[in-house]
Amino acid sequence: MNSMMVTLLWNATKETLYMVGVSVVIAELLGLPIGVLLVVTDKDQILENTILNKILSFIVNIGRSIPFIILMVAIIPFTRWVVGTSIGTSAAIVPLIVAAIPFVARVVESSLKEVDPGVIEAAEAMGASPWQIIYKVLLPEALPGLVLGFTLTAVNLVGYSAMAGTIGGGGLGDLAIRYGYQRFRGDVMFYTVIILVLMVQLIQMLGDWVAKRVAHK
Amino acid sequence: MIILKDLHKTYAGERVVHALRGIDLQIPAGKIFGIIGQSGAGKSTLIRCINGLEKPDQGEVIFNGINISQLSPKELRKTRKKIGMIFQHFNLLSSRTVFDNVAFPLEIAGMTKEKIQHKVRELLELVGLGDKEKAYPHQLSGGQKQRVGIARALANEPQLLLCDEATSALDPETTTSILQLLRRINEEMGLTIVLITHEMPVIQEICDDVAVIEDGKIKEYGPVIDVFTKPQASATKRLLGGSIESQIPAELLQQINGQTDKERIFAKLSFVGSSAHEPIISSLLKNYDVTVNILFGKIDQMKSVPFGMLLVEMRGEAQRLNEALLFIREHDVEMEVFMNE
Ligand SMILES: Nc1ncnc2c1ncn2[C@@H]1O[C@H](COP(=O)(O)OP(=O)(O)OP(=O)(O)O)[C@@H](O)[C@H]1O
Ligand SMILES: [Mg+2]
Repeated sequence: MNSMMVTLLWNATKETLYMVGVSVVIAELLGLPIGVLLVVTDKDQILENTILNKILSFIVNIGRSIPFIILMVAIIPFTRWVVGTSIGTSAAIVPLIVAAIPFVARVVESSLKEVDPGVIEAAEAMGASPWQIIYKVLLPEALPGLVLGFTLTAVNLVGYSAMAGTIGGGGLGDLAIRYGYQRFRGDVMFYTVIILVLMVQLIQMLGDWVAKRVAHK
Repeated sequence: MIILKDLHKTYAGERVVHALRGIDLQIPAGKIFGIIGQSGAGKSTLIRCINGLEKPDQGEVIFNGINISQLSPKELRKTRKKIGMIFQHFNLLSSRTVFDNVAFPLEIAGMTKEKIQHKVRELLELVGLGDKEKAYPHQLSGGQKQRVGIARALANEPQLLLCDEATSALDPETTTSILQLLRRINEEMGLTIVLITHEMPVIQEICDDVAVIEDGKIKEYGPVIDVFTKPQASATKRLLGGSIESQIPAELLQQINGQTDKERIFAKLSFVGSSAHEPIISSLLKNYDVTVNILFGKIDQMKSVPFGMLLVEMRGEAQRLNEALLFIREHDVEMEVFMNE
């Protein structure tokens, strides 16, 4: 492996980590409240609001049903409006976030639904407000599940980021296509795949470890 | 302290369930009040109406003069801080230590950190868990979990404690220790306790008053000793199925039938309270010159009141026998004499 290839691979890895890192954090920040809302507005929940729940759920489902590759192209005008350009690594982050938000919302929703309803009831009986129940009961009780959900999102985003690379986003996917496929560099293809696999393994291991640390079961 | 007026509650679903059908009940302050009924009778629904976890369709819940169903959400939360609750499955926060679980209601009430420290320690001492503050709920036994539940429920110094099947998930020995703790709290803090259960021994062990609920209605209520020794409602009799009254073997009763004559009678004697201590039988033997043969007997205790029942055969001269019966009646002993059919 010559030094040029090492540089190429290293830069691509950094770009991928940057895309995944930024988009997973922002998508969590935006998806978490939506997931919480999906749960607390559901039937028999602390802020039951069937209409809001149905509308939110509908929007989230739309988001989840559009294939990423189409979403990426479809929201180019929006991407341009946000980051000023539609190509480059930063521009790739926008569709990644948009695609991940509904995913995060559903993952958060399913984690929060695992919280024992009896514990929520106990908090209500003690006079906790809906807001106190959310941040003192629901979120802490669901923390291990939320961490695993966060991990799942990050792993998915590694995959999506490879696709985003193809519209000029850079990163490992882009490298694999440009060198490995278009210039018949089988070795580049091989190394990028190895790095992607290692990356996913590492993220998963880290996620599992943290989830275990925060679980008290 | 609590007045329930004509409470109705239906659950709509695939099948409409009429869980409460007109509950009228008054629960006095300072007592341990038991509500007993079979599964599905509406006990949980009833107790949940008291702190507004469940909203009745009709009727009123008055707690210390406050109409619970008319409160705004904010006022309801304030009132709930004065009503503690413990649960069958404890409902502790698994993500918090014992200390932090007990601190939870204090945080909710906006108490300062230093005050919380002090108060939590005091509560954990009270329930006998001073050494467990750093443990997580999954590291505790059922009885210990319920102690945490009790400490948590007492944190905001409530006037009322609601217990929904608080001992149903515990073994008999642990049940007794939890019940003793509740009793101590009732006596030392003057806290009113409303306790629901489907287990007779729980009522028998610590309750002052009891209400029997069946099909969403209160069938009978009053002091435990009265309700359990002289049950009126058929629901009560059914619940008492396994207890003293019905334990006389049917065979024995059949044998007795037709045996009574002037010089030989059979009687069932029920003692309650102090008369259970008095040596009535030996007095009979000494003073009336009758023979007493005990065919069946049982003695038990309700809270601190002993009570018992004896099935006896008495022989003697007709005159002396009559005097003996009079003597028994004078001594506060319920008596049922078996006649020939
Ligand atoms: N949320 C609910 N939705 C529909 N039906 C309900 C609901 N809660 C209770 N019920 C029904 O109402 C009736 C009374 O229930 P409740 O829980 O008050 O009984 P219970 O006396 O506490 O019984 P158990 O001893 O089994 O706890 C039952 O028939 C039950 O199925
Ligand atoms: Mg119940």
